[in-house]
This record gives sequence, structure tokens and C-alpha cells, in this order.
Amino acid sequence: MTLTFVLLTLAKIVGFILVFCVILAAILTWVERKMSSIIQDRIGPNRAEILGIRAFGLFHPIADMIKSFTKEDFVPAGANRIMFFLAPAFALIPTLVVFAVVPFGPGDLVIANLDSGMLFVFAIMGFGIYGVTLGGWASASNFAMLGALRGAAQMVSYEVSMGLNVVGIFAVFGTVSLTQIVGAQGHLLWGWLPMWGIVVQPLGFVLFLVAAMAENKRAPFDLPEGESEIIGYFVEYSAMGFATFMLSEFIEIVVIACIAATLFFGGWQIPWLDPTGTAGGWITVAQVAFFAFKVLFLCWFQMLIRWTVPRFRYDQVMSLGWKVLLPLSLANILVTAVVLALVA
Amino acid sequence: MESQTLPYVALAMTIAFAVFIAMAILVLNRLLGPRRTNAVKGGPFECGSDPIDSPRKRLNVRFYAVAIFFVVFDIEAVFLFPWAVNYRELLASPVFGAIALVEIVVFLGVLAIGLWYVWGKGALDWAFDGPAPRRDHG
Repeated sequence: MTLTFVLLTLAKIVGFILVFCVILAAILTWVERKMSSIIQDRIGPNRAEILGIRAFGLFHPIADMIKSFTKEDFVPAGANRIMFFLAPAFALIPTLVVFAVVPFGPGDLVIANLDSGMLFVFAIMGFGIYGVTLGGWASASNFAMLGALRGAAQMVSYEVSMGLNVVGIFAVFGTVSLTQIVGAQGHLLWGWLPMWGIVVQPLGFVLFLVAAMAENKRAPFDLPEGESEIIGYFVEYSAMGFATFMLSEFIEIVVIACIAATLFFGGWQIPWLDPTGTAGGWITVAQVAFFAFKVLFLCWFQMLIRWTVPRFRYDQVMSLGWKVLLPLSLANILVTAVVLALVA
Repeated sequence: MESQTLPYVALAMTIAFAVFIAMAILVLNRLLGPRRTNAVKGGPFECGSDPIDSPRKRLNVRFYAVAIFFVVFDIEAVFLFPWAVNYRELLASPVFGAIALVEIVVFLGVLAIGLWYVWGKGALDWAFDGPAPRRDHG
């Protein structure tokens, strides 16, 4: 029994985290470049080829990986060598571990079905700040230090509103376990409308997406990186150190998409079809596929925002977090509390 | 093995897997990549000029203030989680439901007053909003 459990868990870890999420993140680097080139009326990456096949530049992530592995892993003279080496790992590990609690299908199709679900996600996501701060601090470079400070302050600020605006979801579904939240979203409102998170918490979804994107430090919130001015906390990194920071950023896109799909888009639920997830067979396959589709859609949506919205100034990022998102999150909780009391 | 501990075993396996992946790619790069150092290359990146001060110096106090606000507001968010989880159950009884509703209004009110105070003190302002201050060169 124990051996079966270990093998099954290993299969889920490799299948969901490595095959789906990490490879998806690698493909997303290609999607991002191709999408930006389409938006900006360019052709984009198209040169990498294997045996004369170019496949619209799809081999570029592979070429990038080979290049990152074989370049010099440069360490600046004044750097704290141990922390400089470990910082990219601190950025990557939390983004991978979060997937453990995401239910990607009905029943047992979750790696670790923790009751603390979403609390665990917050706890682990908070670790991401260490990668940024240690990377910038250990580099002993003024630009890197600036990026690290900006990154820490920004991530910490948006973590507050991210924590507050899922309180509405917890109140509506009465649980913090991701599996139970997905199960509860199989219910119908007024007998026909699926009770998805986005239906009962529309403002909560918008606030969550904004806070999560700011937490991920991507444009329009890319001030810790600021490629045109300070070049950010990983300015001294080269080769795989840099690639790990970049990969963890793209994996975090997938993390945000997974969490948003789970909390607000019903996870693996297909509307009006098998809400308890007990049907099995091809319906289970369809449910897992539908979850993957939602994740892909939300990844694409984040990329679209990144390439269509202009960047903020740093003081604008901070005031958006504290003066707009935080009051709106509080108002959202208040409205949720009153509406739930009226309904009951 | 107890059935409650199984998720944590799976979690430990995931953490071990993530640590293994992260360390494997960093160590592999260190083994595969070349290593040639010299004094100029080892200097911090500042567009070719030598840095005139150390990066490990005093920080702007605003970053410290943000850290303090984070601790305060995040702990208050944590206090909201148990309320949120139990709210629907409490609403089943009219007495406890009313208490839960009044309590959350009071709690959010205290939070809002705190935010209003910090806001009014100007602690959330990062830049001078309005026309740039005049610089008299004299």
C-alpha cells in the first residue's frame, strides 16, 4: 500500500509539475516572444532549427536551455558566494512546491490534499521574496540592491491585498481547502448558473489577478526588474542563475493561472456535468483537460495584459497597492458579509 | 501509515523534488560552464565606471515603513480567515449570525481607521505629487 502510494505520488509530481507546468512555462517563454512580436508587427523568433525544421521558432526554448547550461556561471568579486549561488533556487523552489496543493482533476488527482490549502499557498508564495532579496543583496551591486529593495517592498505590499481579497471566497465557500472550494463550485445558483468564484466574487477576481501579477513582478509591475533603467535584482547573474530567475517568473505565471482557475473558474468543473467528480472514465479525462484549458487561457490572458498595458512608475505601483487595492479588498469583504447575511 | 499524514508525505516528496530540480540545474551549470575570471570582470555592473560607494548602506526609511505596515495588515488578514471559514455556519443561527456580522463590521472598521491614519500621515506617499519643487541656483 505504501509503495503504491509513493509511486502514485511520484507519477503525479512528474506528470503535473514537470511535464505540464515546467514544460508549459518553457513554452510560455516562446509564446511571450511570439505574442509581443505579433502585437508589435514583427516576425519574432524563427531562426532555431532542427534538421531544417523551424516550427515557427518553437525550438528557441531548447536552444536557450542548452546555451544557459554551457555559459559561464559568473560570480562578482564582492559577492557573498553561497547566497549568490542559492538565491535562484530560493526563487524557483517555492513556485514548484505550490503545485502540490492544486487539484488538477476530481478525487485523488491532487498531489497533497491539505486542509490548509490556500493558507499553504500563501505561506509558500511568501518564500519567493527571499530569492529576490538575497539575489540582489548577495550581488554587492548598487543596481541589484535597488531592484531587491523594490522587489521586497512591492511583493510585501501586494501580499496584503492578495490575502485580503480571497477572504470573500473563503466566506462564500466556508473553507480554505482548494479541493473543497472546487467541489463547492459545482453547485448551481438559482438552479442554472454554476457557482464559480468569478460569479460570486467578480471584484475579488479582478483584485486577485492584479495583486498576483504585481506579486510576480511582471510588466506593468516590473519595477524590481526595470529593464530600461536599473536592470533589477538579477543584473549580476548570468547563465543558469539568470535563467532560473526567469524560469521561476514564467512558472509563477502558471501558478497564478492554476490558483485563479481553482478559486474563480471552478478548477476541473465542467458546468452542469458531473459536479461531484465521481463519474470516472472519459468524463474525468475531459475534466482534467478542461482544467488545463482554463490554465492555458489564464496564462494567455496574463501575457496579453503584459503586452498591452503601459508600465507604472514606482510610486504609482505602491499607491495602487495600498490606496486602491487594499480599500477595495476591505469593501469587498464587507459587501460579501452583508450579502451572505441577507441571503441566509 | 495514518491517512491524515499521507498528504504531508506527498508534500515532503514534492519539496524534495523541487529542491532536487533547482540544485541540479545550478550545479550542472557550474560543471558545464567555463570559468575565467579577471579583476575587471569581477567588478559590479555600473556601465563600466567604478562604484563610488558600497550597496550595503543605509536604506530609505520608506522601505522600513512598508515592512511594518505589511506585518500589521497581514496579521489582521490572518485574523479574518477563521471568521470567513465559519461565517456561513454562524449565519445558520440568527443570534450568532448577527454577532458575526457586527463583529466583522467593527473589525473592518478598526482596520479602515488604521489605514486612514497611515494614509493621512502621508506614510503611503512615495513621491511628491504635484508640480516639481523649484530649484533656485544661487
